[in-house]
Amino acid sequence: MAFLDFRGGSGRVQIVSKRRATCGRHSWSPRVGACVRRTHLVRKRALLGGSNKPRLHVGSGAMEGAMQTESKIRADSRTEPGPRGPGCSLRHFACEQNLLSRPDGSASFLQGDTSVLAGVYGPAEVKISKEIFNKATLEVILRPKTGLPGVAEKSRERLIRNTCEAVVLGALHPRTSITVVLQVVSDAGSLLACCLNAACMALVDAGVPMRALFCGVTCALDSDGTLMLDPTAKQEKEARAVLTFALDSVERKLLMSTTKGLYSDAELQQCLAAAQTASTHVFRFYRESLQRRYSKS
Amino acid sequence: MKETPLSNCERRFLLRAIEEKKRLDGRQTYDYRNIKISFGTDYGCCIVELGKTRVLGQVSCELVSPKLNRATEGILFFNLELSQMAAPAFEPGRQSDLLVKLNRLLERCLRNSKCIDTESLCVVAGEKVWQIRVDLHLLNHDGNIIDAASIAAIVALCHFRRPDVSVQGDEVTLYTLEERDPVPLSIHHMPICVSFAFFQQGTYLLVDPSEREERVMDGLLVIAMNKHREICTIQSSGGIMLLKDQVLRCSKIAGVKVVEITELIQKALENDQKVRKEGGKFGFAESMANQRITAFKMEKAPIDTSDVEEKAEEIISEAEPPSEVVSKPVLWTPGTAQIGEGIENSWGHLEDSEKEDEDEGGNDEAVILDGIKMDAGVDVSHIGSQDAPIVLSDSEEEEMIILEPDKNPKKIRTQTISATQVKAPSKKPVKKRKKKRAAN
Repeated sequence: MAFLDFRGGSGRVQIVSKRRATCGRHSWSPRVGACVRRTHLVRKRALLGGSNKPRLHVGSGAMEGAMQTESKIRADSRTEPGPRGPGCSLRHFACEQNLLSRPDGSASFLQGDTSVLAGVYGPAEVKISKEIFNKATLEVILRPKTGLPGVAEKSRERLIRNTCEAVVLGALHPRTSITVVLQVVSDAGSLLACCLNAACMALVDAGVPMRALFCGVTCALDSDGTLMLDPTAKQEKEARAVLTFALDSVERKLLMSTTKGLYSDAELQQCLAAAQTASTHVFRFYRESLQRRYSKS
Repeated sequence: MKETPLSNCERRFLLRAIEEKKRLDGRQTYDYRNIKISFGTDYGCCIVELGKTRVLGQVSCELVSPKLNRATEGILFFNLELSQMAAPAFEPGRQSDLLVKLNRLLERCLRNSKCIDTESLCVVAGEKVWQIRVDLHLLNHDGNIIDAASIAAIVALCHFRRPDVSVQGDEVTLYTLEERDPVPLSIHHMPICVSFAFFQQGTYLLVDPSEREERVMDGLLVIAMNKHREICTIQSSGGIMLLKDQVLRCSKIAGVKVVEITELIQKALENDQKVRKEGGKFGFAESMANQRITAFKMEKAPIDTSDVEEKAEEIISEAEPPSEVVSKPVLWTPGTAQIGEGIENSWGHLEDSEKEDEDEGGNDEAVILDGIKMDAGVDVSHIGSQDAPIVLSDSEEEEMIILEPDKNPKKIRTQTISATQVKAPSKKPVKKRKKKRAAN
């Protein structure tokens, strides 16, 4: 058994024996039966808090000290241009809402070089053949950049539709249709997760009532069992297994999962736990992006 | 979705405004909307915004066999798609007229004008040529799709780089992107479409009509021109009758506009090339405006996954172990085997449900949802012991058995758990009966 140490961008993954009683930053926790990093919570907040955002970010005095020491590490990891080191980090995120004038809601979501544009129409008139008497008919359309849509697009559409149906309050708009149209603008890994994120932001922009927000996170397991979050296209190709999860924002519960490749059940649970941790970051991004848009200051 | 019809007062308002040389967005008669060109990280990908009309263009290439009658020329393929997000009326079955018209115009503009040198796309004559595929997606429809699409197509073609190929005698080597820098396509000139909308039977004309103006126009004249003032394509649709000097005037205007647009395209391409050469950041993320409150960026962030293993172990240890599945197939006759018991056959209750109370109906559902097989077992045991006659249904299947209704149905339902034990051995007598009948 091992735990992953991701220190800094260029550090290699250190496989540390589980039974180590004392190590610098860790303390032995008999309840869990493993080394538990006690300080990670403070550091994570500081890391996230220190990025270059406009003044509206809320920070406490105690974190400032931590921020300064951590900003150096972050600066190092940011200046290296190439692929991220093994370990877990999410790529650079960007999101723009309301960029198209015709759809009711639209959003463009970028994760590193992967970019997906989503447009939402709804609730709107539905064809009689497709109407459901007590809730809204949700339709998802995914268009690839080149070529005609094929079976892969159909299956992704189904996955995204199942996720959206679980969160959208369709019962508030019976006999209507909500259409989510996704266009792949560029694909550089983690495409399904990016589609899910774009769909969520577009649904929020359209004002469709939802019981929770959702996000997509992709994990890849390579041949040594190293876990990578938000893999690039190259990492996905070389990975032994690629797992994509859709998580909801209220309790980080699992809405949808689709996997490809070979992995054990312990690895599945580890990937899921890692995805839940990553989803906290994504939801924070959603929240800050919406705060920027709707706050008065 | 059906297109929202244009109201009469809106129509009248637009026409009156045009008569007074006023446009809804404040432009002059010959003014174009703002054109914005942004490039993606891969070569050949661009997004063109003409006002609010947005088109995504992507060029890709592939080695294929050439056409039989054109053995030394490469193949060009253009495809414009009206995405369903562009307008609510664009549904898969509904847009055929407009789609065909736009695609045909685009093809004439780019293919027949020979702006791309297809001879240079030949690798091995008669065997391998490059097929260049241009995919355009309309993302937002605010009028004048053809102009935006033609700009996107030509920009994407100019931006695209194909892999380098070298031919030495019989050997053909295709270099990957890492081995050798990709090579641009050879483009002779840049044809760009300019649209003119006519109103009131050709009395008034507007350049670059917006979506509202397109709805009230009488006819459309599209002129595709390059900066050398050569007309590549000209098309007039809508059934308006134009005078010769009107057409000449339009072509002069088009000449001026095309020169401006070509300059803009060249500048955008040069900028992008410079940024790539200097190693700066390029791609759609960079072209996203920072100052807008609807746009937000976050740098890459490390995620702490050190406690992932502990969490996973906790979950696995707390989870129930998966139920043991032991499949024991039972062979009844050669060719008939059974694995598992199956769920209760609820059809048998249909005839009796009319006699039962309405409460029973509710109970029925609850029982079936639980998937507990109980009635079958208990009823069968009764039948087995009493040796009562078995009523066959009218169905064609001979093996169908309808169970007799029990006298105290409610009591049985509460005995669900205990009934399962009775079930397994009692099934056998029933089956044996079936066997006997089959033998007879």
